[in-house]
Amino acid sequence: MSIMNFDRIMIRYGEMALKGKNRRAFEQKLQSNIAIKLRKYPNTTIKKTQGRMFVLLNGEKPHEVMKECQEVFGIHSLSFAVMVEKEEEQMKEAVMLAFHDARNARTFKISSKRTDKTFPIPSQELNPLLGGHILRQTEDVKVDVHNPDVEIKVEVRHEGCYVTAQDYPGAGGLPVGTTGKSLLMLSGGIDSPVAGYLTMKRGVEIEAIHFHSPPYTSERAKQKVIDLAQALSKFGSRVKIHVIPFTAIQQKIHREMPEGYSMTIMRRMMMRISEQVAARNELLSITTGESLGQVASQTMESMNTINEVTNYPIIRPLVSMDKIEIIDISRKIGTYDISIRPFEDCCTVFVPKAPKTKPTRKNANYYESNSDFTRDIEKALEESYIVEVSPDRQSGQQDDEFDDLL
Amino acid sequence: MIYLDNSATTHPHYEVLESFQKVADQYFANPSSVHRFGSEAERLLDRSRKQAAQLLSVDPQEVIFTSGGTEGNNMAIKGIALQHQNRGKHLVTTLIEHPSVMEAFKALETLGFEVTYINVDQNGKVNPEDIQQALRDDTILVSVMSVNNELGTIQPVQKIGELLKAYPKVFFHVDHVQGLGKIELSVKEWGIDLCTLSGHKIHGLKGTGALLMQKHVRVFPLLHGGSQEAEVRAGTENLPGTVAFVKALRLLHEDHKQKVNHLRRMRTILWEGLMLRDYCKINSPEDGAPHIINFSIPGYKPEVIIHALGEEGIFISTKSACSSKQPDVSAVLKACNLDYERTTSALRVSLSTTNEKDEIDLFLKKLDQTVENLQATMG
Repeated sequence: MSIMNFDRIMIRYGEMALKGKNRRAFEQKLQSNIAIKLRKYPNTTIKKTQGRMFVLLNGEKPHEVMKECQEVFGIHSLSFAVMVEKEEEQMKEAVMLAFHDARNARTFKISSKRTDKTFPIPSQELNPLLGGHILRQTEDVKVDVHNPDVEIKVEVRHEGCYVTAQDYPGAGGLPVGTTGKSLLMLSGGIDSPVAGYLTMKRGVEIEAIHFHSPPYTSERAKQKVIDLAQALSKFGSRVKIHVIPFTAIQQKIHREMPEGYSMTIMRRMMMRISEQVAARNELLSITTGESLGQVASQTMESMNTINEVTNYPIIRPLVSMDKIEIIDISRKIGTYDISIRPFEDCCTVFVPKAPKTKPTRKNANYYESNSDFTRDIEKALEESYIVEVSPDRQSGQQDDEFDDLL
Repeated sequence: MIYLDNSATTHPHYEVLESFQKVADQYFANPSSVHRFGSEAERLLDRSRKQAAQLLSVDPQEVIFTSGGTEGNNMAIKGIALQHQNRGKHLVTTLIEHPSVMEAFKALETLGFEVTYINVDQNGKVNPEDIQQALRDDTILVSVMSVNNELGTIQPVQKIGELLKAYPKVFFHVDHVQGLGKIELSVKEWGIDLCTLSGHKIHGLKGTGALLMQKHVRVFPLLHGGSQEAEVRAGTENLPGTVAFVKALRLLHEDHKQKVNHLRRMRTILWEGLMLRDYCKINSPEDGAPHIINFSIPGYKPEVIIHALGEEGIFISTKSACSSKQPDVSAVLKACNLDYERTTSALRVSLSTTNEKDEIDLFLKKLDQTVENLQATMG
């Protein structure tokens, strides 16, 4: 006798179901995002039925597939399920399987539904029959119909009997790719990847921009950013990183701008370049990991002065969050360990001894008017290049060489 | 040459050697060096770890590259014992483990740990209930191999893992050196905390391997020093060896089902051949791993048969190569309660996916001749 195991995962989408006319498009996007995510599990198939989806496992390992699905935005909750013959012994075995999926559950409830009226046992009798079986097979377990640790759903349908186990939380949000595209300013820090993640959660597809200043910043610093983008790509499908050579501009700022304003002006340059990259790639907004009051330079005055150079919408998902909340998320999404690798990023190289915490637009414009950065910005854009990452790949020649070696 | 001693070690794949040579030549930088060359080596190491993780269905940070099976087993067993001894000093293992497990436990006994050695049935199989019964409040580790190296017996590792889920204080270690690529195993789903792998048993190179260690597991390192391998194993990384190991892992996963089916077919041919011979008594269980058959030719010293076959260019073995230098009785077969004559006359044939039917046929023919020739003097 083979051990019974779950043969499918049921997927429920909460918010998405409310989307009226867009619903079809949302469902299609979700289905294709799940399919991309499950490429590693080639036997799985996805079935859409009446307001929910099923991933049929066809022999793939249930918990591995569940873990992947839990990272897909647009899913409210998920459960393992199994279809068995409409036959008492099999149904009993299935409810036991479902009960054991909830480790440490002490109370349970069975909710039966009989859509196939030719099945001889009515649902009021099915609940005690199957529940009694669990009680006999376990110790210290009770039925609780009001507030059970786990609710096991049994549905007797024409084609068979479906038994559904406990709920697993989904990633929530909306399917990536349903609400437009944004350009994420990605440094090597803890905040910007979290900002990217939260934006993606609302269905936004992201591209990233990174400012690279060799030899002040190392290859490893750039690699860190590529790895961060790759960690984010797990929540969508792939991420393009626009790498901007930034050394010349930083040196010029350092040379020609007053020290107290160098940080503000550097960020204004970054913002100008970002807007250009966004415009050229049809990205309608810019996303940053800015927060308020975290470091001396993150002030309302500073934000006001930097923001002057663009009228693109700037999405700042972290603006109201505490550092500790941000760190929690970064750990959860697997970017924390990458972010804390000890390499300089472009923002930390030319740090002025005393940055102005209250810069003004007027002063910034005055200083910038003494030098012309137009050519420098154009040159940086011309020399920029794209690195593309997906959960299992980073583009670039060396990777092909590594592929051969491995 | 007909090589039938693949449980001792395997012939490295040509592609594996090629990768080793290229990495040793072109990426010889220290992955910890600050310069770009070092950073390339580091990136190659990261990629190797990611690929290994993907092939083994774990997370990259759960792969610790080691020098092979013996190190992995020692790191897991001593590492858990030393790190968690304040929770308890009782350990559980079986009587048929590899010497690198057995001797690690014996060594811990001299440090004041108490070890329960679980007996096995006639097929060398451990009963999960016996494990459960051995558990105490102060038990911190259970270590069971997935496939026995002498008999090929497959242990009920999944069942043991499932039942240990109810004992969160107990770590579960699996020596998967003989099982890798031969039988299914899921570290995550079966509740395995630590899992030992070796490269040279899968057509990789000696001195390579990995210990898979789930995120929540902490061990006391055997090697202290630099912060390599998440500070669990210090020492400059063996990048060429690691890449070679991961390459061997990848090749192992290519057409995996066909390869295992081929192994099974070869084993069946060998099994049926040995069954027909009255002088042979098969010791392996029929439902064992697809690459090992252990049998006895009572009355004949196994070494003599091995040397005689060696003259013909056919290579098989007695018991585990690692225990061969010790006295004649196989501890594993003895644990299976076989009679003295059988435990002292055991031979092991272990297959690889590269073995073909004509090799098995020739081996059986030469075995007949050898036994016939020796009959005059020994039989």
